[in-house]
Amino acid sequence: MIGFILRRVLYMVPTVFLVSIVTFIIIQLPPGDYLDTLAAEMGEAGADNTAVVEQLREQYGLGQPIYLQYWKWMSGILLEGDFGISFEKNLPVTDVIWDRLGWTFAISLLTLGFIWIVALPIGIYSAVRKYSVGDYVATLLGFIGLAVPNFLLALVMMYVAFKYFGQSVGGLVSPEYLDQPWSWAKFANLLQHIWMPVFVVGTSGAAALIRIMRANLLDELYRPYVVTARAKGMSEFQLLMRYPVRVALNPFISTIGWILPTLVSGEIIVAVVMNLPTTGPLLLRALLVQDMYLAGSLILIVSMLTVIGTLLSDVLLAWVDPRIRYQ
Amino acid sequence: MTAIDSASEVQAAESVKTPDLLGPWALMWRQFRRHKIAYFSLFIVGFVYFVALFGEFLSPADYLKTNTRAPFAPPQGIHFLAPDEDGDSRFLLHARGLKMEIDREAMRRHFVEDPEKVIPLGFFVKGHEYKLLWLMPTNRHFFGPIDPKQKVYFLGADRLGRDILSRIIMGTRISMSIGLVGVAVSLIVGVSLGGISGYYGGWIDNLIQRVIEFLRSIPTIPLWMGLAAAIPLDWPPLRTYFVVTLIVSMIGWTTLAREVRGKFLSLRHEDFVVAARLDGLSDWEIIRKHLVPSFASHIIASLTLAVPLMILAETSLSFLGIGLQPPIVSWGTLLKEAQNIRTIIEAPWLLIAPGTTIVVAVLALNFLGDGLRDAADPYAN
Repeated sequence: MIGFILRRVLYMVPTVFLVSIVTFIIIQLPPGDYLDTLAAEMGEAGADNTAVVEQLREQYGLGQPIYLQYWKWMSGILLEGDFGISFEKNLPVTDVIWDRLGWTFAISLLTLGFIWIVALPIGIYSAVRKYSVGDYVATLLGFIGLAVPNFLLALVMMYVAFKYFGQSVGGLVSPEYLDQPWSWAKFANLLQHIWMPVFVVGTSGAAALIRIMRANLLDELYRPYVVTARAKGMSEFQLLMRYPVRVALNPFISTIGWILPTLVSGEIIVAVVMNLPTTGPLLLRALLVQDMYLAGSLILIVSMLTVIGTLLSDVLLAWVDPRIRYQ
Repeated sequence: MTAIDSASEVQAAESVKTPDLLGPWALMWRQFRRHKIAYFSLFIVGFVYFVALFGEFLSPADYLKTNTRAPFAPPQGIHFLAPDEDGDSRFLLHARGLKMEIDREAMRRHFVEDPEKVIPLGFFVKGHEYKLLWLMPTNRHFFGPIDPKQKVYFLGADRLGRDILSRIIMGTRISMSIGLVGVAVSLIVGVSLGGISGYYGGWIDNLIQRVIEFLRSIPTIPLWMGLAAAIPLDWPPLRTYFVVTLIVSMIGWTTLAREVRGKFLSLRHEDFVVAARLDGLSDWEIIRKHLVPSFASHIIASLTLAVPLMILAETSLSFLGIGLQPPIVSWGTLLKEAQNIRTIIEAPWLLIAPGTTIVVAVLALNFLGDGLRDAADPYAN
């Protein structure tokens, strides 16, 4: 088991390295840099500031060749935990991003839990009562869940919540709680808000997982070992839970690997619509004004945490299923 | 010898009772027809592509034409009975003109339908000039006000008074074609890399698989956002369109490549492939004559399922404002107009009309792909 984990961690190193390179190339792609934007803005104000801009460029090392800039950025991160400076906010990137990243992953993990809680029973029901009314309803809802884009669902839910329930929309807490310290009232208010993004982000994933669970379980349900167990006189529910569901769960766990990236993606786009204090709006803004270290750090950390999440799901899978461990 | 024998046997059997000898494609078609929803979806998808092709003919107004007198005009209904001079009502296909009212309390203006103003509607009416199928110059439109100077907004108007229905119709062309072009790119890349990976195996297989794993492990939206944000705003629309399509198809090919690889791996040691190799066929001939036909149906099914994913991806990017840029109209850029809650409350049709279109199109494509996938293996049951 330990050997397996070590091997997987070793595999992760080149992946993370590649992620960092790709990220850096992406944030370098747009022509010009933040200082050009700045210079253009200052130029509109009518002042001549070539000297100031040049000095800034020198200070941030923006005129250097790309590989040097990359090296500077990476060594800063690895050796000092310094992700560079957010040009627009004029603050170190680390000051800006951590609580936003925390919210992104809190919402993503909550969503994962939500998906599991919803998809597992519905998937089992769909398989056991194949072609029943419930199965058809679940299948139809699943298809609709896959067909409605996240952000569209978010917009519709905000509209409904506002128009028919008079709930304040957007954000994770009501405006009056924004600057207050944490309290029970604020926490309760948070719960009133957070279910909406969780539901919105989770629908498509839940829809996909229901279908996977149904297909997996259907493969197992008619196996001889199930018939044998039934012949022994085992109660149907106990039998279901003890054998076929356990086998069908395996692919279910491995799907966390690909579901996590989609959840993080979904969270980011929904956050822009619902104006949540997570990475989404920050990343979009940073990309638009070419605040490159901020954008780069966000993409890098989000991707890395996703890679780690995938690793965890692999380890979990190996722990559940010995066949994978010894491959 | 044996061929002649079996042929005469078949002939002998025919005189008694004709056996149903259907080819694989006919079997698939039969299987597909049994999947009712998928069969129905085929017609919906066909209709959507028909709309995409004949967009100008079907749209009642010029989709770029602004109207300062009708910002956020609400959808106008179609009415059948109009009062004539004597006060009797008679049958006349018409819409009612809009009247502006000012709400003094809220200090807002809004439109109401005015039963006095009757705008007769008709089929094959004259309107703005366009080229049908990029070839035939004409000014006929399928449906709209008979008097070309009148304006009717069947699905309402946006903030510049542009007709939403016409914009959705013209956006259909862009959104649906992005799906097709993106899938074509994925097909080429996915099948070649997947084929190489599965057919040759070894280190090259390992390399390609690692690249795919890598691409799939990064969350797509941040990656797409980064790439799409790098597109300069002053690029010509066509170039933006193709780059967005390329970005969107970047993920699509990985699924396809995996599938093709799996098929190659399982077919590589099948008897008929070994036999072909012993017959002295080259690698390329084996792939083209024996392998590709045996998994073509699976590929078609996966491709159909990939189209809606690409459409949704483009829609998301354009919605965020980093995909397609105006004046290009796609479903995503249309939804961008409905980005904040205040606009949606004031003009819900900005959200409802394009939203419904997307959901219906994507749903139909999904059902179609699902039916095709079930039918792809007619020998399964």
